[in-house]
Amino acid sequence: MNSKNNQLPARRREPMTDTQLLLTITICIFFVMYVAAILIWGGGFKKPQMLFDMLNDNAFLIIISCGLTIVMITGSIDISVGGVTALVAMVGVMILNGTLFEGLIASMHLAAAGRIVFAVVVSVLIGLAFGAVQGFLIAHLEIQPFIITLAGMFFARGMITILSVDPQKAPQDLMDILQKRIEIEWLGSVNKKGVLIPAKMEIGVVIALVIVVLVFLLLRKHRLGRSFYAVGGNRQSALMLGVNVRKTRFMAHLICGLLSGIAGFVFMMHTGAGNATNATAAEMNAIASSIIGGTLLTGGVGNVIGTFFGVLTLSTIKAIVTTSGLRDPWWQSITTGAMLAFFIVLQSVVLMGKNKRRRKSEEDK
Amino acid sequence: MAGKKKSTFFANNSQLLIPLIAIALLVIFNLFRDPSFFSVSIASNNRGDPVLQGNLISILNGASELVILSMGMTLVTAASGGQDISVGALAAIAGSMFVKVLKSGTVTPGLIIAAFLACCAVAMVFGAFNGTLVSVFGIQPMIATLILFTSGRSIAYWINGGATPTIENATINAIGSFIPGIAIPTPILIVAAMGILFALLFRFTALGMYIQTVGINQSAARLNGINPVGIKLLTFILLGICCAVSGVIGVSRLGLINHETLLINIEMDAILAVAIGGNNLGGGKFKMIGSVLGAYAIQALTITLYAMKVPSTDVKAYKAIVIIILVVIGSPVVKAKVDQLMKKIRTGGSAERRQSA
Amino acid sequence: MQDDIVLTMRRICKYFPGVRALNDVDFTLRKGTIHALMGENGAGKSTLIKVLTGVYLMDEGEIRIDGIEGPVTIRSPQEAQSYGISTVYQEITLCPNLTVAENMFIGRGEKKSVDWKAMEKRAGELLESLGIPARPKQQLGSCSLAVQQMVAIARAVDTECKVLILDEPTSSLDDKEVAMLFRLMRDLRDRGVGIIFVTHFLEQVYEVSDTITVLRNGELVGEYAIKDLPQVKLVEKMIGKDLADLEHIEKHATADTAAEPLYEVKNLSSSESRPFDFHIAKGEVNGFTGLLGSGRSESVRAIFGADPVTGGSVKMSGKSVKITKPLDAMKNGIGYLPEDRKRDGIVAELSVRDNIILALQVVSGVTHPISRAKAEAFADEYIKALDIKTASSDTPIGSLSGGNQQKVILARWLLTHPQYLILDEPTRGIDVGTKTEIQKLVLKLAEEGMSITFISSEIEEMLRTCSRLIVMRDRNIVGELTGADLTQDRVMHTIAGGGN
Repeated sequence: MNSKNNQLPARRREPMTDTQLLLTITICIFFVMYVAAILIWGGGFKKPQMLFDMLNDNAFLIIISCGLTIVMITGSIDISVGGVTALVAMVGVMILNGTLFEGLIASMHLAAAGRIVFAVVVSVLIGLAFGAVQGFLIAHLEIQPFIITLAGMFFARGMITILSVDPQKAPQDLMDILQKRIEIEWLGSVNKKGVLIPAKMEIGVVIALVIVVLVFLLLRKHRLGRSFYAVGGNRQSALMLGVNVRKTRFMAHLICGLLSGIAGFVFMMHTGAGNATNATAAEMNAIASSIIGGTLLTGGVGNVIGTFFGVLTLSTIKAIVTTSGLRDPWWQSITTGAMLAFFIVLQSVVLMGKNKRRRKSEEDK
Repeated sequence: MAGKKKSTFFANNSQLLIPLIAIALLVIFNLFRDPSFFSVSIASNNRGDPVLQGNLISILNGASELVILSMGMTLVTAASGGQDISVGALAAIAGSMFVKVLKSGTVTPGLIIAAFLACCAVAMVFGAFNGTLVSVFGIQPMIATLILFTSGRSIAYWINGGATPTIENATINAIGSFIPGIAIPTPILIVAAMGILFALLFRFTALGMYIQTVGINQSAARLNGINPVGIKLLTFILLGICCAVSGVIGVSRLGLINHETLLINIEMDAILAVAIGGNNLGGGKFKMIGSVLGAYAIQALTITLYAMKVPSTDVKAYKAIVIIILVVIGSPVVKAKVDQLMKKIRTGGSAERRQSA
Repeated sequence: MQDDIVLTMRRICKYFPGVRALNDVDFTLRKGTIHALMGENGAGKSTLIKVLTGVYLMDEGEIRIDGIEGPVTIRSPQEAQSYGISTVYQEITLCPNLTVAENMFIGRGEKKSVDWKAMEKRAGELLESLGIPARPKQQLGSCSLAVQQMVAIARAVDTECKVLILDEPTSSLDDKEVAMLFRLMRDLRDRGVGIIFVTHFLEQVYEVSDTITVLRNGELVGEYAIKDLPQVKLVEKMIGKDLADLEHIEKHATADTAAEPLYEVKNLSSSESRPFDFHIAKGEVNGFTGLLGSGRSESVRAIFGADPVTGGSVKMSGKSVKITKPLDAMKNGIGYLPEDRKRDGIVAELSVRDNIILALQVVSGVTHPISRAKAEAFADEYIKALDIKTASSDTPIGSLSGGNQQKVILARWLLTHPQYLILDEPTRGIDVGTKTEIQKLVLKLAEEGMSITFISSEIEEMLRTCSRLIVMRDRNIVGELTGADLTQDRVMHTIAGGGN
């Protein structure tokens, strides 16, 4: 045994980095939970549509959680994401139903498709504007991110009611285009009457998945992505290592703002309505998803794949609570809170234990 | 001599500058806008007792819960360098507990005291829960309190079995509005009482120094015999009590507990009050009076906006702009830049001369 | 400019509020040499390095670099790197959450995409060629400090730097690692790199350096070839005339060590230290000595209960007491001035006054606050007694100079009137004048009956003040020297392992 180990020291598997370790825990827990749900409650959980419904409902949350993960990796925070999402959704609906920018749109002679493109462009610009202003104030004026993005949230939420106190609805013809669903027959299921119902997925989910992949590549393969980790790990060191800390922090907030803008449009595609209470508490759900996915708020550790599973874990918990008959409305958030507590303490204990073992092994050496 | 004294006053209290400027700006703005904004009159309420009325009174009265929460928030911020975002939810839990006990029998003064103690106890337990996560497990306060933020209002809902029970009682009503014969709204008196209690606490113990030491340098605190875990825990428990008191005020104002809306979003305002009060959100030195002034400044801004007929739902957007202006003015980077500019203007000529020589 | 000169610094000045950190300092570095930069703490070495690496902007002077026209202005570490100046700092300036390979390559080059395979391969080759025991995919935080340091050097080596600055690189390395580092340094020198070597280990300077520049109090003393400057002369240049002043300190008659000890412990151990026995008599000054990492600090921390105590029976004046945490020690009349003043000592934003009364306040308990008037009186008394230079007792301690901060911490403990005071490196990072004052104070306190344990990395200082030296090596006590054995030679011998 011993001699074998000595012979192949180089082949030894590398111990996991903190990011990998937390990611593995998250994915394992998600699968265990989902399989347990299938075994215990069966029914809905057996159908792939259950999973697709979760994705359809949470596509926007996946997108803003990606942005938040980036920001959290740099050791910052953005709580304006929910507000920006809601504002963009409102603006989008008002462009579609002709209450906003109507003169401009009319002068450009835009058809239905053009109107949608216009709404997309405006959504992205709003997101970028929030990201840029917040990023500048945080990175260059070194103001605490919490305060700035809190103000951002207030501003976004306030702007919604300034734009329209009443809920707005997008016209049905445009929504028919936006709410086209992708049908996947082989994942479908047969209903009681023997008719095959294909699994349905909204376009927003595709956008969300593409963003997850892009952000994953950014974080893994791009110089900027690695700078996010460096800045979050130790800002002073990152500076000494030649990383442009200000630019990195600015970019993190800019990307997060951009993603909130896109998420707003996706949210609108899903609901087709603008409302002051849109995406309520989305920022906290996004933070929770990131944490469950293994991102540390202290910065430097995190992974967008984990965040994706974080969103799924959260919605699975909610589905389980509903399915298991705890229909009283308070159970969902109480279990979410309990789950969050579990993950937070788990992370802290795991990382603490790892550090202790590390010190010990060094001493023995 | 007088000059020296003045300069040290400002050196010691420079952090109060921002909230004072904020309040001063609001006062000046309102004087120009409508001088009658500040008029305070004595009217009689529906029971015929004389009571004070006016915008000033509604600012002082309306800010009560916020002021009390920001007192506790200041301590948590100072000791652990982070903020508790569950204060609103915790106040809702405490309020629910208060109502639950009151509903258990006929409302007598004894029962009210019992209810208050019960809700304090519950709030302290939850505060200790947050505090344990922060001090023992070393979790960042915002993350640790995210748990209760997420689930707190549901717990409040659950305590009363899903209902929003009402309480009809003269004493409870008096806590939320006026005590017969006293013209000042009761919540203002409660704030004063809390302020005095905290003042006494810091006067007759060295807790202030302990908290600041832990917040600035935990390691040094430990090596000088202070128990950082205990101190952090204590600040969270004190904040718990503040939540309980605010919850009781909030419940008494309406005579009912609505877990969804009671002190909703107040955690953000409380953190803001601490920041506007010139306290470092990263912990360390604190001035509670700064947070109190900050809380009143926030409320004054809100009332001013209301007086300008801004719809209550839009107030947030304007508040955001004011906050950003304030923090940009207060930002050390901006301060340094301005200082540099001033220096350049003052010494511009001489520097050029030196360079040419 | 001569051909072989790679870096010239002329008449560099740097001011901080109230301090001239550098005053008209010249410095020249030649290709293919190892140039030691020497000076006591506070001499201006680190300021000069920081000016060169763009951490500080110099106030006056000019810097020229080989191959670049005209004087350069270095505004940031990145800019320094672009001029071919790489630095390895004493504190590790790498990111612990990234892998070893990433730490070597992040922030360099223009490429936007990260090629992990190529990066890890290159890192692996480099680590192997330099003999560094780290794997490219390993998370940096899981390496020992010594290995992290070497990774930083590997990074600097790979940037093809012209000037390599090593700021106290050996302070956390053991002999084997130091040898490895020196091999690496010579190798780089032979490739034509100019190396600036900052260290406080004199022997190491003589082992690898070619040239020495000495700074004192922010001014240049001179530049010397290594063979022209024997060790004794170097010390003289570094310490200057103040040495004479130190000679006047006289040790008083050794305290009566035969009497019952004031503090006595058997088998004391903590989470960081191995079991050991120790005692000290009333009025005695003794010291723990040994190299950095020998366990000397950990031992005194165990006495004070600074790390979790895991065993041992303590007696104070013959009575059994329990000391498991700092408060226990304080209540038993023990004071402890920590090694790392910044991390463990000062409470930076609090006033000098609050810093002075802190320990007394804690000993008297949270419910017995010291009144403002009393605090003022205490603070004024000690500011005067220890000659602490501060604008007022309201000034935050963080804005004081190192020496004055140290005096405040000293005042903090003296105010509690301890029977037994532990001073871990009280003279580190402070000016020579204050050092002398502190040593005199130690002897005066001992004469008044206080027991003192004194730790310093400067053996001469210990010999001057202590009547008994406990020598540690590899976290064990390896010897105890008293009386005639208290000579520099004997101590060095014992530390090195030839004592018995």
